[in-house]
Amino acid sequence: MAVCIAVIAKENYPLYIRSTPTENELRFHYMVHTSLDVVDEKISAMGKALVDQRELYLGLLYPTEDYKVYGYVTNSKVKFVMVVDSSNTALRDNEIRSMFRKLHNSYTDVMCNPFYNPGDRIQSSGSVSLSRAFDNMVTSMMIQVC
Amino acid sequence: MSPTQWDLPVELCCRPMAFVTLTGLDVVYNAVHRAVWDAFCANRRADRVPISFKVLPGDHEYPKCRPKRTSYEWYIPKGILKTGWMNKHLNLVPALVVVFYELDWDEPQWKEKQSECATRVEIVRQSLQGRNTKVAVVLIQKKTPLPPGEDVIASERAAALCNACELSGKSLFVLPHTDHLVGYIIRLENAFYEHAQTYYYTEIRRVKSHKEFLNKTTHQLLFVRHQFKIAFFSELKQDTQNALKNYRTAYNLVHELRAHETNILEIKTMAGFINYKICRLCFQHNTPLDAIAQFRKHIDLCKKKIGSAELSFEHAAWMSKQFQAFGDLFDEAIKLGLTAIQTQNPGFYYQQAAYYAQERKQLAKSLCNHEASVMYPNPDPLETQTGVLDFYGQRSWRQGILSFDLSDPEKEKVGVLAIQLKERNVAHSEIIITLLSNAVAQFKKYKCPRMKSHLMVQMGEEYYYAKDYTKALKLLDYVMCDYRSEGWWTLLTSILTTALKCSYLMAQLKDYITYSLELLGRASTLKDDQKSRIEKNLINVLMNESPDPEPDCDIFAGKTAQKLWADRISLAGSNIFTIGVQDFVPFVQCKAKFHAPSFHVDVPVEFDIYLKADCPHPIRFSKLCVSFNNQEYNQFCVIEEASKANEVLENPTQGKMCLVPGKTRKLLFKFVAKTEDVGKKIEITSVDLALGNETGRCVVLNWQGGGGDAASSQEALQAARSFKRRPKLPDNEVHWDSIIIQASTMIISRVPNISVHLQHEPPALTNEMYCLVVTVQSHEKTQIRDVKLTAGLKPGQDANLTQKTHVTLHGTELCDESYPALLTDIPVGDLHPGEQLEKMLYVRCGTVGSRMFLVYVSYLINTTAEEKEIVCKCHKDETVTIETVFPFDVAVKFVSTKFEHLERVYADIPFLLMTDLLSASPWALTVVSSELQLAPSMTTVDQLESQVDNVVLQTGESASECFCLRCPSLGNVEGGVATGHYIISWKRTSAMENIPVIRTVITLPHVIVENIPLHVNADLPSFGRVRESLPVKYHLQNKTDFVQDVEISVEPSDAFMFSGLKQIRLRILPGTEQEMLYNFYPLMAGYQQLPSLNINLLRFPNFTNQLLRRFIPTSIFVKPQGRLMDDTSIAAA
Repeated sequence: MAVCIAVIAKENYPLYIRSTPTENELRFHYMVHTSLDVVDEKISAMGKALVDQRELYLGLLYPTEDYKVYGYVTNSKVKFVMVVDSSNTALRDNEIRSMFRKLHNSYTDVMCNPFYNPGDRIQSSGSVSLSRAFDNMVTSMMIQVC
Repeated sequence: MSPTQWDLPVELCCRPMAFVTLTGLDVVYNAVHRAVWDAFCANRRADRVPISFKVLPGDHEYPKCRPKRTSYEWYIPKGILKTGWMNKHLNLVPALVVVFYELDWDEPQWKEKQSECATRVEIVRQSLQGRNTKVAVVLIQKKTPLPPGEDVIASERAAALCNACELSGKSLFVLPHTDHLVGYIIRLENAFYEHAQTYYYTEIRRVKSHKEFLNKTTHQLLFVRHQFKIAFFSELKQDTQNALKNYRTAYNLVHELRAHETNILEIKTMAGFINYKICRLCFQHNTPLDAIAQFRKHIDLCKKKIGSAELSFEHAAWMSKQFQAFGDLFDEAIKLGLTAIQTQNPGFYYQQAAYYAQERKQLAKSLCNHEASVMYPNPDPLETQTGVLDFYGQRSWRQGILSFDLSDPEKEKVGVLAIQLKERNVAHSEIIITLLSNAVAQFKKYKCPRMKSHLMVQMGEEYYYAKDYTKALKLLDYVMCDYRSEGWWTLLTSILTTALKCSYLMAQLKDYITYSLELLGRASTLKDDQKSRIEKNLINVLMNESPDPEPDCDIFAGKTAQKLWADRISLAGSNIFTIGVQDFVPFVQCKAKFHAPSFHVDVPVEFDIYLKADCPHPIRFSKLCVSFNNQEYNQFCVIEEASKANEVLENPTQGKMCLVPGKTRKLLFKFVAKTEDVGKKIEITSVDLALGNETGRCVVLNWQGGGGDAASSQEALQAARSFKRRPKLPDNEVHWDSIIIQASTMIISRVPNISVHLQHEPPALTNEMYCLVVTVQSHEKTQIRDVKLTAGLKPGQDANLTQKTHVTLHGTELCDESYPALLTDIPVGDLHPGEQLEKMLYVRCGTVGSRMFLVYVSYLINTTAEEKEIVCKCHKDETVTIETVFPFDVAVKFVSTKFEHLERVYADIPFLLMTDLLSASPWALTVVSSELQLAPSMTTVDQLESQVDNVVLQTGESASECFCLRCPSLGNVEGGVATGHYIISWKRTSAMENIPVIRTVITLPHVIVENIPLHVNADLPSFGRVRESLPVKYHLQNKTDFVQDVEISVEPSDAFMFSGLKQIRLRILPGTEQEMLYNFYPLMAGYQQLPSLNINLLRFPNFTNQLLRRFIPTSIFVKPQGRLMDDTSIAAA
């Protein structure tokens, strides 16, 4: 259902990025990168709000003709960005929200792994067991067809 | 087809205004008419009514009105909207024709003029035959009209004129040509406006009236046409609400039309027009959300209506235009005050327009790739007789044909071919770039830096496709750093790849090398085979050869590039390129590290340069040089290999000049620092690594400071965070991440090999010449020269201390204020190995407290470092904190002659001054002498000889003196009377003879002096004896200027019998003295109370017995009666 899922570090470099149609990979990279403009703006807008009451889900970042881009930001300013096909009307806000929550949990597991160094890219080529669970979870979110 | 085929027609985009023509005005030759015309059309402000005026001759032919259709039964429309219709109603068919005529009410030839006017009106009516256009007459008059109703002739003649011209009274106006022309004109045009509105109202009614004749099967097109016309007339009538309503209906009707490949373009064109109108009106009504919703609906409905596959680029072009037009409308609304937000601004529409333009380009590329031999068809199927289409959105070769079947497939084919061939000539890239740059401007405004960068990349790529490589490179180069700084390596690699192609095609050497360096580096995500290819090319370029062409380049451009490269080779000139690496991520990394944060000047400075290559194959470098802030060291830190250019690839893995991918290469450098640099920082300002050879081409990579490029700071941070254990490496190899750059070191002086001792007896005593013995002993192997001593108060302490501390080398004389607090650079000569010298130093501290003293010994010594003779300056310093204390405390008190404490003294009556000197020094003190210097107001009673000469005081001991003084009467002095000074001359007992004596001056306290009226003193022996007569004489002195009455009584005592006057009253003259003699006879032994003398002064009731007792003894010691023989012994004593 998602066509691209990305995890972005606090410093705005990509920690993990995966998209389904591999030939269009670059386009999704650009899409995720440009969506950070909106994420930045939203974060700075709610910067004053109480930290513990903050909503992590940022909602729809911006619509394009073909895709919808959603955002989510953790308390440590790690961002999750998800690109969904515009034609996929079955995905509503609630579904997206729960997908992000799953992603966040999975990411937390990666962080808890003592062999993971925070800030390193989550690569499947690195420590195999480290990122496999995360990778599998992302895969499940990408191919699951509604 | 012109490239502007997709542009919306001007008449659609303008704001429709009521059209009014003015006739009978000669604006060329008649000044009055000119003025009238100017008043109508010049400087029309927004508050004037929306009318567009036009001056036409009276006999102008207006477009003919077609005869009214009585039935639509057999009528089949040929299209939706005629191309000329909007223009016709905006600029050709007036709502009102105004006939200007010069006629005053008192015109003598009234009849003739009236009929001429009527003729003119008639001519106008003729040419408007069949139209509902209103006609109005304006009389230009020279005279100011009288108020209505007063001018009888005027009203009569006006009625007559109306009659003659068949005009209603409302259509006749008078324009007096006077001062207030503009005012009259404004009133006139308001009246015209009303007429125009009536006209458009009737037009709307007229169009509506057709509706009932239409049927849904054959007249579908007419429904749309009529609805559009009603809406357009409403706009002309400035009834925008109804216009919007009708456009919306029209829009829905358009989509109800049966669409087929043959008419889809017409439907889309009309839908686009109506959509444009709706969005425009929504923005005008300040309901931007409605506009956006309508536009989205429009796009969703039309997106899939591609039409003929062969002409699908047309759909993309149309879509692009839709987005662009909406973006323009949006932008215009913003300029008029609408606020947009980051996620909803015109930029998105321009961006989407650009995407469709790109799609159009792609489609055109695949659909229009006809062979060059295919000729443009003749006759041109796109030509029409009139040069324009009859209906919007129809094909020129089958205008007005509504059938869905292609009657003439051959003709259709030719037409399609013509369109395709035309499309080939369209400058697509130009369109795309314009749209992208529009979008960039918008995103810049709405805080989307990354979107802006992305669009600029696309612009750059489009310039690349358009073969404008210079502009492409400029744009790509501009945004590269954004992606680099945020670490988006995939995107950076993609941009770099395009940039590399551009620089290849232009044979830009420096750019080509720079991009290659980065594409080979660790930030590049290219596959190894690509990297190998680039590295090979780079080496070729460095050997002054041409690189292989980049893949996927335009063939023609590639050939040009090869020529350019060939020219470059033959071209002599600067072949050395210096590239600063701090702004990008090259494939060689460099880190410099000094072995220590500081080096002594007599040992060589050592540092390592670490190099690591990330390219797929080993690479040799030809030279490495390090630059320092002191450039004299540069010469010592150069590695150069005299290899020929063709050796670059030979023996690649050998020698220290070769970098093996992934391996860290360590290069050690060593040099001896200059002695002048002692205390200075030596800093590596840059590291230059040369690749290639000066005979071929040479690239110098320049690292600022101790290495590091655009990505290394983030990497260092990650490495520092990591607690991963690194795999073991063989000895003498290091992990790249574990190397920390250390680009500077301090040069410090050689370690001194002397000892400095201080010998003294703390604490120091205030003002004494405190002796500090400095012992310097050399432990050096050779003679040391030029030994200098700096000693004294350590600088940087309280400034007051400097004023109160004085240092001298000569202890025999007391130093004063002129002596410094710090003695600098006292030469003490040379010292042989093992020799020792001693220096005495005297310090005088004027205040108590602790002070830090510094003893600093410097010397020169000859030594060698790395077989080089150097003269080192060494120094050693020693600090000591010395406490200064008071040597003694002096207490002073005043007592009466009876040793009773005195609060105040009495004038002319002797008292005692007692001094008490308590030693506070831990060392024994010798009081050499003491001296009492009396103030002039004091006199001494006896000699003022020192009683403590040469007394030695140990700690805690004290020496006291007692002086008998008297203070003459002075009257009442406020604050007491000065007593004088007490001067003590002293020194340490242990001090040497020649050390001067210190005089400490103590100011004695002031004392309050009081006058008393009567002074009594008693003469009596120091003791009495039982049963022996004891004569006592009291002296009563009158100290006043009055005669005093004195009552005296003596009270009996148990211990004494006495003789004398027991009670008496007497007078004492001023200044005289009265004596009273008593003979006491002691009865008891011991310390006995004397019979008390009571004196009562009648004049001074304050004079009490208590005061009296201060002066006279109250008791006496009475010895027991001794044996007789004792008397002689006592007498003998």
